[in-house]
Amino acid sequence: MSNLKEMRSGIEEQYKAKLNRPRIVVGLGTCGIAAGGRKVMKAIQDEVANRKLDVDVDFSSCIGMCFAEPVVEIALPGTPSVIYGGVYPDNVNKLIEGHLINKTPVTEMAEIQIAGEAKPYDGIPVMEKSGYYAKQVRSVTSRLGRTNPESIGDYIATGGYAALEKALAMDRQDIINEVKKSGLRGRGGGGFPTGNKWQFVHDAVGDKKYIVCNADEGDPGAFMDRSVLEGDPHAVLEGMMIAGYTIGANEGVIYCRAEYPLAIKRLNLAIEEAEKMGLMGDNILGSGFNFTVRIKAGAGAFVCGEETALLNSIEGQRGMPRVRPPFPAHKGLWQKPTCLNNVETFANIPFIIRNGGEWYAAMGTEKSKGSKVFCITGKINHTGLCEVPMGITLREIVEDIAGGIKDGKKFKAVQSGGPSGGCLPTEKLDLPVDYESLTAAGAIMGSGGLVFMDETTCMVDVAKFFLNFTQLESCGKCTPCREGTKRMLETLIRITEGAGVPEDIPKLERLATNIKASALCALGQTAPNPVLTTLKYFREEYEAHIMDRKCPAGACAALLNYTILADKCVGCGVCVKACPVQAISGEKKTAHVINSSTCIKCGACVPKCKFEAIVKA
Amino acid sequence: MTNSFEDYLNTDLFFVIGSNPTEAHPMAGAKIMSSVMSGKSKLIVADPRRIELAEKADIWLQLRPGTDIPLLNGLMHIIIKEGLHDQKFIEERTEGFEALKATVEKYTPARVSEMTGVPENLLYDAARLYATTAKAMLCYTLGITEHICGVDNVMSTANIAMLTGHLGKEGCGVNPQRGQNNVQGACDMGALPNVYSGYQAVVNPDIQAKFEKAWGVKLDNKLGLTIPDMMDAAVEGKLKAMFVLGEDPVLTDPDANHIKKALTKMDFVVAQEIFMSETAKYADVILPGASFAEKDGTFSSSERRVQRVRKAIEPIGDSRPDWWIICELAKRMGYDKMNYESPRQIWDEMASLSPIFAGINYDRIEHTGLQWPCPTVEHPGTPVLHTQSFSRGKGLFKAIEHTPPAEMPDEEYPYLLSTGRILYHYNITTRYSSALDAHRPEEAAMIHPADAATLGVCTGEKVRVTSRRGSVVTKVNVTDKVMSGMIWMSFHYKETPTNELTVNAFDPVSKTGEYKVAAVQLEKVV
Amino acid sequence: MPTVTLTIDGQQVTVPKGTTVLEAAWKAGSFVPTFCHDPELTKPGACRICVVEIKGARNLPASCVTAAAEGMIVETASPAVIDARKTILELMLDNHPEDCLTCHQAGDCKLQDYAYFYNVKPGAFGGECKNYEIEDDNLFIVRNMNKCILCGKCLRACEEKQGRAVIDFAYRGFRTKVATALDKPLADSVCVSCGTCVSVCPTGALTEKAMLGSARKWEVQKVRTTCPFCGVGCNFDLNVKGGKVIGVTSNAAAPANGRDLCVKGRFGTDYVHSPKRLTKPLIKKNGEFVESTWDEALDLVASKFGEIKTKFGSDSIAALSSARCTNEDNYVMQKFMRAVIGTNNVDHCART
Repeated sequence: MSNLKEMRSGIEEQYKAKLNRPRIVVGLGTCGIAAGGRKVMKAIQDEVANRKLDVDVDFSSCIGMCFAEPVVEIALPGTPSVIYGGVYPDNVNKLIEGHLINKTPVTEMAEIQIAGEAKPYDGIPVMEKSGYYAKQVRSVTSRLGRTNPESIGDYIATGGYAALEKALAMDRQDIINEVKKSGLRGRGGGGFPTGNKWQFVHDAVGDKKYIVCNADEGDPGAFMDRSVLEGDPHAVLEGMMIAGYTIGANEGVIYCRAEYPLAIKRLNLAIEEAEKMGLMGDNILGSGFNFTVRIKAGAGAFVCGEETALLNSIEGQRGMPRVRPPFPAHKGLWQKPTCLNNVETFANIPFIIRNGGEWYAAMGTEKSKGSKVFCITGKINHTGLCEVPMGITLREIVEDIAGGIKDGKKFKAVQSGGPSGGCLPTEKLDLPVDYESLTAAGAIMGSGGLVFMDETTCMVDVAKFFLNFTQLESCGKCTPCREGTKRMLETLIRITEGAGVPEDIPKLERLATNIKASALCALGQTAPNPVLTTLKYFREEYEAHIMDRKCPAGACAALLNYTILADKCVGCGVCVKACPVQAISGEKKTAHVINSSTCIKCGACVPKCKFEAIVKA
Repeated sequence: MTNSFEDYLNTDLFFVIGSNPTEAHPMAGAKIMSSVMSGKSKLIVADPRRIELAEKADIWLQLRPGTDIPLLNGLMHIIIKEGLHDQKFIEERTEGFEALKATVEKYTPARVSEMTGVPENLLYDAARLYATTAKAMLCYTLGITEHICGVDNVMSTANIAMLTGHLGKEGCGVNPQRGQNNVQGACDMGALPNVYSGYQAVVNPDIQAKFEKAWGVKLDNKLGLTIPDMMDAAVEGKLKAMFVLGEDPVLTDPDANHIKKALTKMDFVVAQEIFMSETAKYADVILPGASFAEKDGTFSSSERRVQRVRKAIEPIGDSRPDWWIICELAKRMGYDKMNYESPRQIWDEMASLSPIFAGINYDRIEHTGLQWPCPTVEHPGTPVLHTQSFSRGKGLFKAIEHTPPAEMPDEEYPYLLSTGRILYHYNITTRYSSALDAHRPEEAAMIHPADAATLGVCTGEKVRVTSRRGSVVTKVNVTDKVMSGMIWMSFHYKETPTNELTVNAFDPVSKTGEYKVAAVQLEKVV
Repeated sequence: MPTVTLTIDGQQVTVPKGTTVLEAAWKAGSFVPTFCHDPELTKPGACRICVVEIKGARNLPASCVTAAAEGMIVETASPAVIDARKTILELMLDNHPEDCLTCHQAGDCKLQDYAYFYNVKPGAFGGECKNYEIEDDNLFIVRNMNKCILCGKCLRACEEKQGRAVIDFAYRGFRTKVATALDKPLADSVCVSCGTCVSVCPTGALTEKAMLGSARKWEVQKVRTTCPFCGVGCNFDLNVKGGKVIGVTSNAAAPANGRDLCVKGRFGTDYVHSPKRLTKPLIKKNGEFVESTWDEALDLVASKFGEIKTKFGSDSIAALSSARCTNEDNYVMQKFMRAVIGTNNVDHCART
């Protein structure tokens, strides 16, 4: 045990020294890399070398502001560090010139500043007060964008592995009690109290037990787990080890989807480094506790995010859900008691053990404690990752954190919980975000994906999108999900193509009811939710498609008609050239017409017309 | 079989030696496969070929053909050396342990590895696993019996089972799966030169008297001839006539040319058959029998279960049930005590004269059959043999030394031929099934890629296989499932009569032919 | 043995602990349909046709995988249950060919039976219907995956009974299909054509090729007998129509093998009707076999045996009895040799 203490002081010194040097830190999460972060990093390194600057160039992960990627932080000792957005190789020079050479932050590119003890710069929002972060808490995401995720030193210096050290000296039941006290519930979407789950696995009889981390994040628009894995892999490992010690397992498996190569790379690196330092493997910190973790890459089946299908997949079987009971806590991996939690759940554990259950329970609502990470995407100004206390309202998320709807359009709905969730309308914006409220409204908390929609989104089309997803990803095991979602999808396609009939709505409702009631696993049972909630809150849109053959949002191509207003058309012929299918005709200087049977409703002509003569309806 | 097929579900370890059940006894094989696949039981396979079970095995002992005794002695050596034998069972249930111990003492792992080709570490692994698994079942078939030391091989399997106490218990035992549908029954019924039905010795005067009284004739009390002796006697001119019922020795007995000579030499041969078999061609009279679908009766399976055969259709053409034909002959030869009206009557007479079957009758076996011994109509049958004692009281260990095969490859005949059965055929009748024959219409001798390269043949090409007794041409299947230096053939094809090649050498006690080892030459046929 | 008492359709029933609600319901005399359930196989709870209503449960649980519990109140035919079952059947029918008239399985098809019982008709939802090519390129089994309802019994039987796992589910969603590795035809897979999959298929998706078109299910007379091939002693039913064996179906009551058979037992008994069968006694005259009557042949044999016995003694005659004939045949053979010929020269190939 003394070992880590000795190591820690040295590591902390090093870390402090690092912070006391001028630094440029590039955000290299997958979002940053996709936006060109690596090229930016290369440009910075070149520039620093050319100018022979005494500055360290480092990288971190995604701080959450995906909308601003590529993100670069410049930190000079004694001054606030500034985080810039939209940094590209061609404006790197400007940043270096301004901030490093002239010591003047480039305000127009700055997103936020982190002032710390220093006096803040004028004209740059301080992080805690900025629109994006003011309503956020940074607990499980605290290291994201702030430390180097590939450095175990950064992790340890920021309190890492202190929780493991503490836990190894604790009674196992006391650890469980602490987790129970925290009120932490499964962050993968199930919302099952984590402490209770640990108690079950702890109490289960078995010669061998396993820890499994579900990192098979598959909901469209969800990337919380990826961000945590890429930004703080050791926290997940530490959480798993604490769980392993607590329930009596010495083997852990992380089931991570293969589409997350960076997360897998950083996890492998973290495992290697932890093993090298004696923080993983045999006799961890001299405690006699052994623990190893291996990574199993998933092959891209959504259903493998369902815990029992995931276990089948690890065992080399086809990923299909098992019947429960028996639950994994009693018969999980290889039929042994298994503690299966999601990435975010495990990542919360070190914070809870270090700070105590009560600290965590102080955040949130009565039944939903602590904080939750959400991915906010869709028609909003700030897409990204945010961590909020439970109980925050949807309105606060969309209006404050997300910075409102893009292009000044009107909010229409928010989809919560992925394909298993539902769409909530404006009336539900003041709903507190917690497990119970969302479920009561017909959506679910889910794993943390929030997709915002504006007035141009057709809700029938949204339901169709999710049903298409569920149908493609249905494992095919049970009849209601396999066949039923197909028929629901076909019906929705018919409706959006203008071929719906009035009986379609009761048919959809009957199918949905029976699928919910009789499907085998949670995925099937929740698959109708996108249809049920849109029918509940946006029924008139369905009816408009069916009765009036109209898509009120103007999104369903088959129901659109482009026409040229004869009184506005000057016969310039620009639209004729824009049309890819020669559907527009007319004599020069006379009003043109669109042949609706040839028109493919691509809308290419509309923006070309300077006279706003082409309208869709 | 000392135990039952149902018992395959209870064992924790199968030790399969000289047996390829997934092909020759598929439903026994399926039980082993599914038990192993589900993780219920472990599997040791001893076989020169990488048979399907070898691929699933925890331990595969790839012994050289004909080295079963050294292998088993070597395993027993290790078991005794490591004190893994069942001392209590040995003391209470057996005798002769000291002699066995003295013999196997000489079979050190190093020597056994040298003799069998099995690595020493696998010998240790197998010995330990078999000895320390409480429910361990040994299964063998013709890979054990079809050697000139077949009886010694069988005794060796009994030795190792007794040594470890794996007998007389559920999930254990020594379980030979019988080769043919009613080979058990034919033995049970006394179609053997030394016993009447129910294994009652012809040399026992009391038994003789019982049958003389029942059958109303004077009976001979000296042993009759076994098949190899019959064939030899025929060639020598001592045997003048033969009545062959539903057998095709020309195709299935070793050294077919010797058999043909014997059949040619005799004055009068009668074949009672359903097809024009290779043997029937040598007959003077052929009597057309009815198939199993056309007559009532019973078969006895490997697990000693007597089960009903039921008439489903009328005999084809002018064929007749076999029992009827034989009884008709008896009548015409002036004997009046074979006037049966039905197979049920025959069974009842047999059962009344045979204590081990006395409790079995058609009414009792209507649904699930019964396993003999079943001495009374109240007796439930016997799924597991030797639970309290062995047939002779105490089990006798036999100290057995290695006997090499009668003929081994040499310079002139450098390849070792071994033979057996394939999944899609059963001896001969399946050749008349349109689907089965279309699926596997011809021989495909297995040879190792190294040998194929030497010979310059590919799968589908032909080789001539020649032994000291005969020569046949066959297509080959090049596969590393056989070891180099070995060729493996089935005996189902009259177009490729494998048994013209096999050795005319027999176990001195059982008179079983050595089908498993012969020396042959190979040459490519263009 | 500990028991639990529950109420099923208003009737109290006591069953051993561990019994499923399905088994308890059957015991109580309630009708609960099943497709994927099989007492000899693991329980996937997949088809969902056996759902029931259990007081206090959130959804309609599948009774085949729900353990009966003390005090449980179960409804097996409530309106919700019936509607769920009808929906499942409608979904199945809409993805199934409507060719019951000419389907081999008609009369012995669970889908047909339940559709009839619940008065469910095709076309409730319409839409796409799977359209696979019928696989008819091996000698034993015809696979019409259009009739497959994906109950998965075939693949479980293959793995759990035969220890092979040649087939499994492939693809996802609506395209889910039972397939061999890489979705090759059975003929190109490691399948050994045991046909156990055929024996458990509840619809006409898997059929014995030789029996297709030979008889309607209700015309077949089944005669239980013992297999004439190896020594395992499998039992099966000979399927007979018009005095002809048209094939074999397995029988769950068979002691050594249950419904499992090998390729020979299930598909090889057609040798009985081979045109090469010997149908008349034959006597060799001048090196050629000539057909004769039974009287002529039997008298000839009797007189020749008699002559040789008289001239050379009883021991100059020997018999090979048969490991393929019945016990009764063998008994009379050895009795004939011992009592009539007067020799113990009787043996059979106990050794091959």
